[in-house]
Amino acid sequence: MQFDQLLQYTLSGLSTGAIYALIGIGFSIIYNATGIINFAQGEFVMLGGLLTLSSLELLKLPLWAAIPCSVAFSTLVGILFERLAIRPLKQPTPINLVIITIGGSILIRGLAMLVWGKDTHAIPPFSGDTPIAVGGATILPQHLWILAITVVIIIINKIYFYHTISGKAMRACAYNRRAAGLVGIDVRRMVLFSFIISSAMGAVAGIIVAPLTMTAYDVGVMLGLKGFCAAIIGGMSSGISTVIGGLILGVLESLGAGLISSGYKDAIAFIILLLILFIRPQGLFGKADSERV
Amino acid sequence: MKRDLFLFIGFAFLILLAPQLFSGGYLMNVLVFVGINTMLSIALNLLLGYAGQISLGHAGFFGLGAYLSGILSTSYGVDPWLAMPLAATVVGLMAFFIGFPILKLKGHYLAMATLGLGIIIYIVFNETVELTGGPSGLSGIPNLKIAGITFDSDVKNYYLIWTATLMVMLFSLNLAGSRVGRALRAVHDSEVAAQVLGVNSRILKVQIFALSAIISSLAGSLYAHTMTFISPASFGFNFSIELLTMVVIGGLGSIYGSFLGAALLTLLPEFLRGANDYDIIIYGGLLMAMVMYMPGGLVRGIPALFRRLVTTKKGEAGHA
Repeated sequence: MQFDQLLQYTLSGLSTGAIYALIGIGFSIIYNATGIINFAQGEFVMLGGLLTLSSLELLKLPLWAAIPCSVAFSTLVGILFERLAIRPLKQPTPINLVIITIGGSILIRGLAMLVWGKDTHAIPPFSGDTPIAVGGATILPQHLWILAITVVIIIINKIYFYHTISGKAMRACAYNRRAAGLVGIDVRRMVLFSFIISSAMGAVAGIIVAPLTMTAYDVGVMLGLKGFCAAIIGGMSSGISTVIGGLILGVLESLGAGLISSGYKDAIAFIILLLILFIRPQGLFGKADSERV
Repeated sequence: MKRDLFLFIGFAFLILLAPQLFSGGYLMNVLVFVGINTMLSIALNLLLGYAGQISLGHAGFFGLGAYLSGILSTSYGVDPWLAMPLAATVVGLMAFFIGFPILKLKGHYLAMATLGLGIIIYIVFNETVELTGGPSGLSGIPNLKIAGITFDSDVKNYYLIWTATLMVMLFSLNLAGSRVGRALRAVHDSEVAAQVLGVNSRILKVQIFALSAIISSLAGSLYAHTMTFISPASFGFNFSIELLTMVVIGGLGSIYGSFLGAALLTLLPEFLRGANDYDIIIYGGLLMAMVMYMPGGLVRGIPALFRRLVTTKKGEAGHA
């Protein structure tokens, strides 16, 4: 086993891990504000990538303009989803919420198939594709973009949740929705906010990963599930534990694909998911919490 | 109780009469699928509708039944009649042991865990190429034979599948009306209350999970032996969702509802031939619409709608 090879797998694992982390934080934000696991989370990742493609090709926008445009549209879909499907639900039992978000996810995916067809599409990398040598391994400029953007988003997230009134209100909802309502926080608005933030984050994840992996109407399923897996490892936190969860998952997956078998790459994430749910449902770093068991 | 029995006999009579009414070859083939899907939705409904435990991995158990039975009878020359119960036993045991840790989880977490399980099984079908033939599938699975009759035509398969489906229905109706059925519904409404009343909810949930897996496995084996060809594509995540849609559309906790849901979702794509690829939009839309506007499913929603129509008409008449 050469060191170079190990370094290579770890580096590429870290950048996919960063993507999983972003998606996972999206899951956690909605879960903490509402108690819902949004099965449609992955679809926003798909929308991010494909809407960027359309902004580039149809609207002829430059990349720096296409990205915010795509994030804005994906967020709009997130708002519509919350308003039209989640809020009007008369019996919001966990099973009904699972079913409605699955229904929404299928619907969004189906509509995307109508719009973009079944082909996979490529998006140009943000700044060329000349490999950069790191030690004995090489990485692409896009890998650096992914890591940098993820760090920036996590910092913005931190500022929002700890230094703004609406972020603090959101955290209050996560602790106790009823108590948050009693002190005058508009809980329903916070629910909408949580959908806005996580659909925007999902879209960003989809945009920055698209140049590496290509994108298609059905990429959301796997990415969404892996993101959920990251969130589970991190104990459904919307902070650093989920980031670490995503990075662990990305690296393990990349090493597993390289050293064991690439065919079983996707299975690794789900085996980790099951193990964590069976053994430590509160996440790797969390304290015991009876709610999730 | 007597009414239920008459209802079932009437239903069985209609089902067994159907091939005399429509002799169209292609329709028979579709009706065979309705039978298999009815069995599968009943299996999932016992778990979701009665015990209140969701599974998004049932396509995995269906696939395991199909592959185990298919591999045993094709590669190892085991008689299909023996291969089917063997497969069901293995799948049942597997579900039983995995049931203990997995059913400790609730709601969303249970959904994700069963989904993960289903995807792992699907990946194994694709990757163990020497056994399963991988993505290109397993062909040449023998048909079932009994007393000189080989089940190799659509009409024969219709009777085979529907005999099995009717047996599963009768068994499930009995189960639902029994002490176990009442205990399951108690667990559904409040697990704590059920435990206080002396229901061992933990074991009960695991048992119903295993039973549900066994029925799915039998449906899978029958599918393999009637189609004679299987490939992983039939047992993926999308099929688990399709089964969920059938159960929800038909009506949670209703055996006849499962038939209704299965029939509707199996026949629907046949009427929408042109919209081949877009049936997933319809599934998604139906799933959302049902949960929002008819949470009891067709089996309860249609009579309720009818009653409302009748009363508003009466009201209007009275007003005039």
